[in-house]
Amino acid sequence: MVTVVVNKFKCGYCGACVSVCPTGALELVETWIDVSEMCTACGICVRICPVGAIEVEK
Amino acid sequence: MKSEYDVVVIGAGPAGSIAAKTAAKKGLDVLLIEKRQEIGDPVRCAEGVSKIWLRKHIEPDHRWICADLKGSRIFSPDGTMIEMAEEIAGGEVGYVLERKIFDRALAYESAKAGVEVMVKTRALDLIIENGFIKGVKVMHLGETYDISSKIVIAADGVESKVGRWAGIDTSIKPSDIETCAQYLMSGTGIDQNYCYFHIGNEIAPGGYVWIFPKGGDLANVGIGILGSKSGEKHAVDYLNEFIEKNYPNARTLEMDVGGVPVCGSIDKTITNGLMLVGDAARQSDPITGGGIINAMEAGKIAGEVAYNAISKGDVSINALKEYEDRWRAKIGHEIDNSLMVKDIFIKFTDPEINSLAHSLEKVNFSSMSLLDLLYALFKANKKLLWDLRVLFKNVIKYDMDFER
Ligand SMILES: Cc1cc2nc3c(=O)[nH]c(=O)nc-3n(C[C@H](O)[C@H](O)[C@H](O)COP(=O)(O)OP(=O)(O)OC[C@H]3O[C@@H](n4cnc5c(N)ncnc54)[C@H](O)[C@@H]3O)c2cc1C
Ligand code: SF4
Ligand code: SF4
Repeated sequence: MVTVVVNKFKCGYCGACVSVCPTGALELVETWIDVSEMCTACGICVRICPVGAIEVEK
Repeated sequence: MKSEYDVVVIGAGPAGSIAAKTAAKKGLDVLLIEKRQEIGDPVRCAEGVSKIWLRKHIEPDHRWICADLKGSRIFSPDGTMIEMAEEIAGGEVGYVLERKIFDRALAYESAKAGVEVMVKTRALDLIIENGFIKGVKVMHLGETYDISSKIVIAADGVESKVGRWAGIDTSIKPSDIETCAQYLMSGTGIDQNYCYFHIGNEIAPGGYVWIFPKGGDLANVGIGILGSKSGEKHAVDYLNEFIEKNYPNARTLEMDVGGVPVCGSIDKTITNGLMLVGDAARQSDPITGGGIINAMEAGKIAGEVAYNAISKGDVSINALKEYEDRWRAKIGHEIDNSLMVKDIFIKFTDPEINSLAHSLEKVNFSSMSLLDLLYALFKANKKLLWDLRVLFKNVIKYDMDFER
């Protein structure tokens, strides 16, 4: 399955990625991002993240 | 936490705290939930706010004010400076806040008004019956609870999911978000009376760099770039480049990141039993990115409308239309017009921005209002800015001031 992984060491838990995800696959829980199976690996969140913490993983 | 309230407010930012406080003051039984363990932290804000508008909601308190602003200095790509300073009594027009303390103070005000506040409590989903929002499913310390309410107010910020759960698509396109990074820095040497803006596609594509004084020798040094221009390089990369070039000896004490919606108002912010407020309703200003005051204005209206609707025993979309109408009348026109201005300015090349700045070199500004700046620009560059003329007509029509 193609999905995204969030580098939790880089992530500043700001929620910007959640707001741009067209499928609602992301959730900012408290201090981490959860990725659900709804992710289509479209790559939008990867581009938007202010610190580049997200990568598409094969 | 009880199992039933008149109103549940999701998110204890400025929008949620003001909405909760307003509803409680009217006599409603209100629960305010916040998923973070500390309200206001981490900060995702440059913390600049207009004084006049702030006073409408809370008496300024030195505990959460870091700096008093006299004016702004805007720099074009070639370094041309436009200075705008207010000459009103005392010469102070804006504040730079300490959001961590400010947000908590707003939540405290709501608690004093009778609101039950719960932290580490996250909304997981809405309870929907017969097309009406009837409450919220929440998680608190790993346990889930169902809480029923007559009205839910969604103040869950940029990452809002509540609207989506209710069938309102609030997802933002990459071209409609500013992706931002900021450091709190010591030793930039800026004048603490001014906020600084640096514009240019090379340093901040589709956005700008800001430097806001934070008292002592501290400042928020941050950047926003348009989401559609982010990717190869991210906001933080542009920020690091700017700092390396301009403030190589400044020290970083805090790092903040975030996204600001610049899409303008969304079509619909209500449904049966639900109102969206603040960043959740994408009410931030598309040109400045400011959202604190708009969030508080909308929060106040939502609190009042919750009371009106519950008193009448009608929480349907028809009753809540009062919220939609009132926030659009109060802040909606400025948001729409800012969007138009943003769409014009986003297209300018750096040489065009330079020539706009040069056209203002002899203009003497006696205020730091965005409107004055735009008007001066328009007068000197009618051809380039011809599309802006609609703006000035609207300003007169809706009596707008662009001061928030
Ligand atoms: C880098 C940056 C700089 C900015 N600079 C300025 C500025 O100088 N001036 C200005 O006016 N505005 C500025 N803004 C915008 C401003 O920060 C926001 O508009 C403002 O915070 C919006 O307030 P809010 O109450 O709507 O949302 P927020 O302040 O984001 O509050 C939302 C709250 O909801 C909580 N929440 C979210 N989901 C849930 C859930 N499921 N359950 C429970 N709680 C939840 C969040 O944890 C958060 O505490 C800036 C934004 C950024 C990112
Ligand atoms: S946008 Fe980046 S920094 Fe922000 S929450 Fe998502 S992964 Fe983390
Ligand atoms: S890759 Fe696309 S679908 Fe997957 S989480 Fe990111 S934005 Fe959402």
